[in-house]
Amino acid sequence: MKHIFSFRKTLALAIALATIAGTLSGCAGNNSPAASSVNSSASAASSAKPVAISNVSYDPTRELYEQYNKLFQEYWEKEKGQKVEITQSHGGSGKQARSVLEGNEADVVTLALEGDVDELRKGGLIEDGWVNEFPKNSAPYTSTIVFLVRKGNPKNLKDWDDLVKPGVEVITPDPKSSGGARWNFLAAWAYADKKFGGDEAKDQEFLKSLYANVTVLDSGARGATTTFVENGQGDVLLAWENEAFLSQKEHPDDFEIITPSLSILAQPSVAVVDANAKKHGTEEVSKAYLEYLYSDDAQRLEGKNYYRPSNPDILKEFGDTFNLNIEMVNIDDDFGGWEKAAGKFFADGAIFDQIYKK
Amino acid sequence: MKQKMIKGTLILLGGTFLVVMLVLPLATVLVYALRQGWETFSKSITDEYAVKALQLTLLTTGITVVVNTVFGIFAAWTITKFRFRGKQTLTTLIDIPFSISPVIAGLVFILVFGRIGWAYPLLEAMNLKIVFAVPGIVLATIFVTFPFVSRELIPLMQAQGNDEEEAAALMGAKGFSIFRRVTFPHIKWALLYGVILCTARSLGEFGAVSVVSGHLRGKTNTLPLHVEILFNEFQLTAAFAVSSILVLIAVIILILRNIVEHRIKREKR
Repeated sequence: MKHIFSFRKTLALAIALATIAGTLSGCAGNNSPAASSVNSSASAASSAKPVAISNVSYDPTRELYEQYNKLFQEYWEKEKGQKVEITQSHGGSGKQARSVLEGNEADVVTLALEGDVDELRKGGLIEDGWVNEFPKNSAPYTSTIVFLVRKGNPKNLKDWDDLVKPGVEVITPDPKSSGGARWNFLAAWAYADKKFGGDEAKDQEFLKSLYANVTVLDSGARGATTTFVENGQGDVLLAWENEAFLSQKEHPDDFEIITPSLSILAQPSVAVVDANAKKHGTEEVSKAYLEYLYSDDAQRLEGKNYYRPSNPDILKEFGDTFNLNIEMVNIDDDFGGWEKAAGKFFADGAIFDQIYKK
Repeated sequence: MKQKMIKGTLILLGGTFLVVMLVLPLATVLVYALRQGWETFSKSITDEYAVKALQLTLLTTGITVVVNTVFGIFAAWTITKFRFRGKQTLTTLIDIPFSISPVIAGLVFILVFGRIGWAYPLLEAMNLKIVFAVPGIVLATIFVTFPFVSRELIPLMQAQGNDEEEAAALMGAKGFSIFRRVTFPHIKWALLYGVILCTARSLGEFGAVSVVSGHLRGKTNTLPLHVEILFNEFQLTAAFAVSSILVLIAVIILILRNIVEHRIKREKR
């Protein structure tokens, strides 16, 4: 019996399918640039050559920068008559800094921690004194750490004290790889420090019982949110305020935000990666991209995306959204800056390693 | 009677396991993908970034399959038709990607071609970018799928021995025509089988690619990476819609694979 599938037929079938797949994606691909060029041809006055920059950012800023990039593109085209293409990348803050250090050629970084940006300075990619290149320590928006709990707060979690009780399951990312997780850790530490009147042995004990209640330690803030929100793990998520608001917006009937009595002022840092911008010839547009984050329009956009605008007047406009009375410690006054805090708490063998290993 | 019962129980157990572990999750993908209607589904899969991710995945798969097929044939030919020292070592080396975690495969490329890698100054001088760009993604995929073709060919070619090739050589045939007219007809099905497996694996590769990609949207995001991004952006429906493309391709590959497998069995008879 001659078999219906000869080698040639089978091969031809496979090649035909591959070609179809290729053509389909090719067509679709050709469509989208065509569509976008129609949109932008209205402002065809642009004589300058289009420029492309990439922004390597951390996890929870995805929605913010998607909107901000459009705002900036319009602004820049009006201002300079030049189109800007902006490529985004998101992940855990430490992981993202690492990738830039290893050759991911970002023109600007917008990370969760001053310390992560400073790693790039140490790696020779960013010039000294970057913290003062933009206003307010190069932090155009701030945030803080809050608790996200399930609707009705079934375990009645009100403050940091409640998180160390036995049987409470806490979700927070790993401070080794996540910027948000470091803020979580420091906020808890600040609370303990106030409670025990500066007795560090007791602080460590407190943090140890807190981390003993952590059931999932993800590598980035967004992973931890997904674990808590989508996968239904744990009783409380220690989260960026903006991340908590976003989850609540996605699932209005499932979650509540609890503001603890004391938290930390988190200042996510932005910087131009000088070496890469110089190499790509994008210094001017990169600098303008970050400067424009401080404009009134951008500040309002940040507020709408649940980041606290650094401009105090615009922050007041969002008084209904944010709890502006929360007591906040900050990294410079209470922990002596990132360099010191990182060495004391998060370096290999430092306090976090000690309490987590025991 | 007793044997029949054992048989029945085993089939039931196997069937249940298969449904719970494979069929249900795959069905879930489709259900979730279409949960918000056809419009959302088609919007998600024609999204600019999704299309670019699909193109990158297909490009990567295309290059990978060609490279690995050519080298797979070379390797299998060398190992089975010649005798030389270190043959066993070579066979073992080819298998390395099977036993190494893809994450490590990715990190290896970062350590070689990254900014801290030893090859970086050279690349810099030639103005080449490997990691955090498309070449890195292709390299990582080639690395991970390296053994598929040769692994399929080597046992078959070993079993067949060299007699026919030697006879052909004695009758004055040259290298390439020996391959084309004597070896190839024997191995064609196994070769196609290897190519299909290699394709399937390249399309779905996540770990190694994730490390070298840099996750630049529209530039270095492959389809599996795009799925993860959508999932992390709370766009569940879109994530599953894009996943369903991968599932669809997988089903097509599965059908092709079955045809080929069936043919290999017939050839052996």
